[in-house]
Amino acid sequence: MPVKVMIPSPLRPYAGKRDSAEFSARTVGEALGHLTTEFAELRKHLFTEDGKLRSFVNVYVNDEDIRYLAKENTPTKDGDTISIIPSIAGGYI
Amino acid sequence: MADAATLWISGSLAEKIRAHGAETYPHECCGALLGRDSSAVLESDRGDGTLIPAREILQLFPLVNRRDDSPRNRFSVTAEDVLAAEKAAREQGLEVVGWYHSHPDHPARPSEYDRDHAWPWYSYIIVSVQNGTPQDMTSWRLNDDRAEFSPEGIEIRHRAAVSATGFSTTEK
Repeated sequence: MPVKVMIPSPLRPYAGKRDSAEFSARTVGEALGHLTTEFAELRKHLFTEDGKLRSFVNVYVNDEDIRYLAKENTPTKDGDTISIIPSIAGGYI
Repeated sequence: MADAATLWISGSLAEKIRAHGAETYPHECCGALLGRDSSAVLESDRGDGTLIPAREILQLFPLVNRRDDSPRNRFSVTAEDVLAAEKAAREQGLEVVGWYHSHPDHPARPSEYDRDHAWPWYSYIIVSVQNGTPQDMTSWRLNDDRAEFSPEGIEIRHRAAVSATGFSTTEK
């Protein structure tokens, strides 16, 4: 059973309107790599130009934020769910 | 995608956003826009593949600005708050279709910082609050290439409903 990646509403237009996709992956980074290879338009919304996850993109494996695990090197196993959760920020200057 | 966008909202909800901006002045307010996005309905109705996004706001989910270090010119909604807003929306058969915030003593135009931190697809409502009094309210959507926002029209509707066959509007 592969890893399931949950795609949030704002990114679904760039992922064939799908709300999830499944990949075989050993780490979070690998799963996100497969995701952005299959849906190339997602890349610029998830990653900066130098390939880092954008600051307002939160990634959870099951219920744990990967910032408190091994970030993109966080290992995944079959049946895990990876969720991409937006955080929202702005301001006038 | 954003070119022909229009957002429907009732006069009372629009007033609540303004009031939230006045309440938190001189700090920025923020909250989630809960509603329905009916692009798919319109797309299938037209039958020619033309997509005219139309969405309606049916409820607000006011949030606490988490940027207590710089609340006059910044707002922040954590992932936990986003999940709470999504849960509230789901419980009412709605979804989070956007976010609102205020610009205290600044115009209702998105800043470079707003653009840099924006997600596509969401509607971003901005209300300008001058000296504590709400002024202009605008809505924006990030373009696909992330280079800029496009303005989104705001239509004040007393009550809007989307059915499988299209739109109907009913005045209260």
